[in-house]
Order: sequence, then structure tokens, then C-alpha cells
Amino acid sequence: MNNELSAIEKTVLSDYKYGFVTEIEADEAPPGLNEDTIRFISAKKNEPEWMLEWRLKAYNHWLKMQEPSWANIKYDAINYQDIKYYSAPKQKKKVNSLDEIDPELRKTFEKLGISLDEQKRLSGVAIDAVIDSVSIGTTFKEQLAELGIIFCSISEAIQEHPELVKKYIGSVVPITDNYFSALNSAVFSDGSFCYIPKGVRCPMELSTYFRINAEGTGQFERTLLIADEGSYVSYLEGCTAPIRDENQLHAAVVELIAMENAEIKYSTVQNWYPGDKDGVGGIYNFVTKRGICQGAHSKISWTQVETGSSITWKYPSVILKGDHSVGEFYSVAVTNNHQQADTGTKMMHLGKNTRSRIVSKGISAGVSNNSYRGLVHVGKNAANARNFSQCDSLLLGDKCGAHTFPYIEVKNNTAVVEHEATTSKIGEDQIFYCNQRGIDTETAVALIINGFAKEVMNQLPMEFAVEAQKLLAISLEGSVG
Amino acid sequence: MNNLEYIKERYNQLPSVNDLNGLGVIRQKAFEALNKMGIPTTRHEEWKYTRIGSFFNKEYQYQANQSAVSANELSAVRLPGYEQANEMVYINGRYSPELSVIRSKGLTIQPLEEAAKNEYKDIVSKHLGHSSNYLKDGIMALSTAFVQDGVFVHVKKGQIIEHPIYIYNITDARQANVLAQPRTLVYVGENAQVKFVETFSTLGTQESFTNRVIEIVVEKDAITEYYKIQTDASHASQVATTHIQQIGKSYTHTVTVSLNAGLVRNNLNIVLDEQYCEAHLYGIYLQQGQSHIDNHTVVDHAKPHCESNELYKGMLDDQSTGVFNGKIFVRQDAQKTNAYQSNKNILLNEGASVNTKPQLEIFADDVKCSHGCTIGRLDEESLFYLRSRGISENTARSLLLHGFAVDILEQIKLAPIREYVDKLISERLEFDLA
Repeated sequence: MNNELSAIEKTVLSDYKYGFVTEIEADEAPPGLNEDTIRFISAKKNEPEWMLEWRLKAYNHWLKMQEPSWANIKYDAINYQDIKYYSAPKQKKKVNSLDEIDPELRKTFEKLGISLDEQKRLSGVAIDAVIDSVSIGTTFKEQLAELGIIFCSISEAIQEHPELVKKYIGSVVPITDNYFSALNSAVFSDGSFCYIPKGVRCPMELSTYFRINAEGTGQFERTLLIADEGSYVSYLEGCTAPIRDENQLHAAVVELIAMENAEIKYSTVQNWYPGDKDGVGGIYNFVTKRGICQGAHSKISWTQVETGSSITWKYPSVILKGDHSVGEFYSVAVTNNHQQADTGTKMMHLGKNTRSRIVSKGISAGVSNNSYRGLVHVGKNAANARNFSQCDSLLLGDKCGAHTFPYIEVKNNTAVVEHEATTSKIGEDQIFYCNQRGIDTETAVALIINGFAKEVMNQLPMEFAVEAQKLLAISLEGSVG
Repeated sequence: MNNLEYIKERYNQLPSVNDLNGLGVIRQKAFEALNKMGIPTTRHEEWKYTRIGSFFNKEYQYQANQSAVSANELSAVRLPGYEQANEMVYINGRYSPELSVIRSKGLTIQPLEEAAKNEYKDIVSKHLGHSSNYLKDGIMALSTAFVQDGVFVHVKKGQIIEHPIYIYNITDARQANVLAQPRTLVYVGENAQVKFVETFSTLGTQESFTNRVIEIVVEKDAITEYYKIQTDASHASQVATTHIQQIGKSYTHTVTVSLNAGLVRNNLNIVLDEQYCEAHLYGIYLQQGQSHIDNHTVVDHAKPHCESNELYKGMLDDQSTGVFNGKIFVRQDAQKTNAYQSNKNILLNEGASVNTKPQLEIFADDVKCSHGCTIGRLDEESLFYLRSRGISENTARSLLLHGFAVDILEQIKLAPIREYVDKLISERLEFDLA
């Protein structure tokens, strides 16, 4: 046991392989937050007046709010005046093709395994890459435009499609929603925007890649995705950050809107820097994600693999407003060392015959804490609502914690709601069974964990599933004794 | 607005408010805590779905005199099998030695105030108020602040109390609104066995609010059974805290029965504080009208090799609301824990609603913990099955619901009490037991 443990420690020390810093000249706002910062950001982006007003309204509301403390996480107070709210890689004006992007920047993305143009050729995934605060390039734009699909950075959308942005921004996550979403609304610097017109089935996966690069910055991106009647889109999101001793704040907002018969599939592989083995550094990932099934027969599906961040605080939710709409949430959250995760979902059943399904798998190792917190709400008029939730936790080691906080509120007697949860460790008998067949303990553990998470992994698009599986193995390498 | 001022005034009128001997210090601390925390609102996480603020806007008699509840009135609320049983009677929250009958040997009952000064003072000082570690709210503090009328029950080491102890809480609300605060500390000695059955009844039509706290300390090798049966009318509401601390390897078995009343909040905490403890918790609730039931349970696995098993079942009719909040803690030391929890609800009417939160907090890895909960209505197919065999819809429904309740009824090990509860439930379900 002891020998194995030391082997674990060795592998746990294995480096976070995305932890490099790229030396790119950045255009930054000085640290601190006040109305001027917001005006600065807005001016930088050359935003219309209504956008600035919206931001200021959010900021003024934020000032009146208190940081939430109910989550099962602990961290030192964040000094919001120490953060740089705007950092953009300096480059010459607007680029028309990817070839014009700063070669340093492109190298960064190549290191991350996202070679922008190679990806373009091989996998047919349209990517919007966001570094620090701004989007640096979107691939496949023209091909998508032919179908009427708008896929661009949100700053661009504010310039070119103000009517769409104005109509939908803040409609799912209002600026008053919570502390971090209000902050995001005030200072968001970029993000992705996507509109799928009526009846269009998006022919390729859309993808955003987020990267925090500069020191002392916070990343506040905003994603707005609208799927009009009868359309379909699958959207992927990935994130990494360099190794630093400080904690960096990432407070994003994602809003999804699905009209009648539309379907949105949103997948995230979150691999922000989790901090070192003593819990120094790492990203605070305080994210608000919410989708609304606006029309009948619409569907929103969230899939997330959360392996990074020192703290994760995120509850991708679905408001099931349209009749017969469907919400899904599939999650694997892995915490190791000093990581803390408080994550889950909210399913708000409002329409009739709505269905939701929650599958959450938590894996804790080291001295980490992993919580599932979820709400299933069945409103008074949500006749025949159906929910099934399953939350399983796997504990690797005796110093970590697994917590489940499921809230279930049912106000309609025709609803059927089920919830089940289990917590266990990997059985010695399971390991023994594998050992017996010549599989060493390390591989056996990887095998069992993969099996444990399979239900969720199966939901990921192919391109991501492979990466996510590898990530899972790396995050937990050797953490079982 | 909670009427804290009013409560404070009453506190200052307590005869022994400045007496700091015995329980004085505990009382004063609790009063300070009450001042700080106030009566919980729905912003308090543990009170999210239960509003009790309005109960404190009214005037209550706090130190109601033990008005004359006659022996006749008592016999109307007696439980079957009382002829042999030990009977403890509380009138408006105060123990009445005159009406109580203690028959069994090895059972000592005395005022807490006294026990805090005599040979039991170590037990009292160590265990009284242990529940406030788990319930950090003004309601708990309110009980402790007015603790002076409490009762201490001591079950002697090695003593098997063959006949159950019946506890009758009678509130005399004929003249005025009453706030009753019965408070009991029970110590079950090593190798002893004891069974409790507790009921609540309100006389008259004024409002009554009962804030009852019972703390039970269970020693090594002891066995304790506890049955709480609540069948009060809609003008009677209560917060009932049952706190069981298993300090030696021991066995406890509790069944909580809640039928109607106004608002009922049951706090049941079980602390498994020694290795190899076992705890079984069962509950049934059947709510009609506008009634509100809230079952909060905490099972704290503080030591290894313990086992807990929890099953709560509820039926909610009319506009009633149900809350279930089950917490299981498994501390870091508590390896080899087995903990199970299940909550099943049937909504019988459009207006009924339920909020449930089964919560696990686990810090040890070598454990088996699971919880589950379901909410639904009566199974259509089962109904159809019965109806296709010529059984009327009403009979079929009550048959199915009675079947749903039987799981819990079977857990009442005292035959006369089981039959009594079965009768109560069957009446409400219009189920013909014969």
C-alpha cells in the first residue's frame, strides 16, 4: 500500500501539460474595476451606446450584491480591484484569414493541439478561439454563412447583428441573476455568438477554445447561442490556462435558446489549471450556464467533463418552458489534490409533458471535495413532467469528500420524479479480478474509472470523447492506493 | 416580523431568571443565542420550505399554569395497553407528577433542575443541549432558554423496562393560545432496554404551538425504541426535536408517524458516536387539508463500522405540503460505514406538493452509502388491475395506499400501538381493516 502511495504521489506531481505561457504582447486595461474600466472595455470594442448602458446597469446592480457563500467551497476572498478586466493579444487590426494571425499565437494553439488550420482541413470543426479577453479567429465562417448560420465572436455580433444580440442577451441569464453573472455582464470582453436559422441542421461541430494567458487577468466571456425553429447544433467548448501561483478568476455566462423543435447539444471539456499539489494557484471557475427550451418539442443537452480549475462553481441549467421539451445533463467532475467542485444542474419544468434526465458522476481523489448540487423543480402547470436523476460518487483515498445536495420540488401530482445516488470506492474485489487476469492495478483503476464515467463520455462528440478520456486518465493518474 | 420582544419579556418573567446555578448558565447562553439568531425564516437553509414566523406574531401563554386537566380528560387520550405501561404526562409542556404513573423498577424520573445538582449532574451537564450542535437555529435556542421545567429520565444500568413508557403531551388551549415547550433528557444505561411511545393532543380550539425537545443518550449494549405519533388538529402546530446520541455500541429504532395537524416539523438527529452502532429510522406521513409536514433527519456517522437505515414514506392529499430533508454525514474516521436512505412520496391531489432533499456528505472512502427518492402518483396499472377484478375505485385506491403504508406500520414492534396506528391511518384512507 505504502509503495503504491508513493508511486501515486509521483504521478500526481506529473505536470499540467498545458501550463506554458506564451510571450505575446498584450493590450491590457490596468487592474481595478470601476465605471471607467467598463467604459474602457466598451470603447475598445467600439460598442454601441445601448451595450454600454446595459453593462453599466449590470455593474451598478453588482455593486449592491453580495458574493454568494452557500456553496460547499472555501477560498480566500477575491479582491476584485486586483484583477485586470481586459487583456487582448496585440495584433494588427482585423484579420481576414487565419494566416494573418500572429505566428506566436498560432503556435500556442498548436501546442494545445488545436492547430487552427489543420483542424479546419481535417476534422471539419469550426473553431472560435478566445485568448484572454478576445476572440482571435473563427474558422469556417464562410461555409457556415452560406447556410445562414452566424458563428462569430460576440463583439463582432454586437457590431453586425445588434438586433439579435439586443433581443437575446440577458434573456436567459438576466443581469440581476447572480453575483458572478452580474459581474460578467458588466465586464465581459468577448465570447462566441451563434445563430442557427430556421430548419438548418448545422453540418459541423462548432467549437470555442478558451485560453487564459496573461498574468493577473480575469476571463469573462459570454456565449450566446440561438437555435431557431427546427434547427440543430452541436457545440463544443474547451479551456486551458498557464501555471501560475496566483488564483485567476474565470466568470463566464453561457445562454442557450432553443425554439420550437430545435435541439442544442452543448459539450464542455474544462481543463483550466487546477493548482499544484499543495493547492497553490489555479483557476476559480465561477460560471453561469443556462438554456431555455422556449418552444415545444425543443431539446437542450449539457455534457460536461470537469477536470480542471482549483474551484468549480457551475450549474448548467435548463428551463423547460415549451411543452414536450427535453433537458439533459451529463457530467463527470474529477477533483484531485486540493481541488474543490460544487457543480450540478437545475431542471425547471414549466411546460406540459416535459422530461429531464440528470446523470452526474463525481470522482474525488487526494484531499479534494466534490459536491453535486442540483434542483429539479416541477411547477404547478407542468403536467406529466418526468425526471430521472442519478448521482454517483467514487472516492479514491480516505482524505477526500463527496457530497450530494439534491433539491427536489414538486408542485404537480402528475409528475414522476426519481432520484438516486450512491457513494463507494473501487472495490478490492474488482481490482483483484483484474489483477488475476494480468491487468496491473494502475490499468485496472483506469479501466474501472472509465467504466464509471462511460455513460457520460458516450454523450460527447467523437472529437472530444477521446481527449476527455485521456484527460480523465491524466487527472487521476496514480491516485489510487 | 417575529415577536422576539414578547418572548424576551416572558423570559425575564421566569421565576429563576437570575439563578445561575444548575441550568442557569445553559439557559442564559441559549437566550443570548436566541437573541442573535431570531426565529428562523425561509432564508435559513434548514427552514427553506417551512415558514414558522407567523406563529410568533401571536400572543401565547408561555408559562401557562397547569390548568386542571382532569383524570377523565386524560383517559380520553390514553393509548391502548396503558394499564401496564408507565405513563408520563406533560400539561402545556410541564411535567405533571400527579397524573403520571411510573410502574417499572429501575426507572427514575425527576425535574432536570434537580438532576443538574444531584448525582446525575455529570450526565446532565455533558449531554443536555447536545442537540444544539446540530440545530443552529432560534427554535432550538428558544427551547433551551426556557429549559427549567424539563424532565430527566434515567434508566438504570442492566435494567430491562418491560412495559413501554407512554408520553402524553396535552395542551390545554381552551382559554388562550398556548406555547408548550416540553423538554426531556433521557439516559439509557449500559445494557438497559426501553421503549417510548409519545403522543400529542390539544384540548379546546385556541391555537397551540409545541416546541418539544427530547434528547436521548444511549449507552453501551442498550436498546432503545422510540415511536412518535402525531395526530393533532389543524390549530395545533409543532416543532419536535428528537436527538439520539449513541455513545456506546447500541441499537436504536425510531418510527415517526405524522397525520395532519397544522404545521409539523420533526427534527430527528442520530449521532452514531461509537463503533458498531446501529440505527433504524422509519417515518410515515399522511397529510390532508392545508397541513404541512416537514421531516428533517440527520444521521451522523462519527465512528467506523456503524450502520444506519432510513425509510420515510408519505402520502399528500388536498393542498397539503410535504418536506423531507435527510442528511447523512460520514466523518473521516467512519470507515466501513453502511448508510441507506430512501424517501417515497405519493401526491394524491393536484394541489399537493412536496420538496425533498436527500443529502449525503461523505469524508471516508471505504463506505457504502446510497440514497434514493421518488415522487409520483398512484400507479395507474395497479389501479387498473384491481378495478378489472371488480374492486371499486375508492377501495382500490385505499387498498394500494394502505399497502404503501404497511412497510412502515410493520416497523412498530409494539402490537397494540401498531394496531392503533393502523386504525388511524385506515380511517383516514377509508380503508376497511376487516
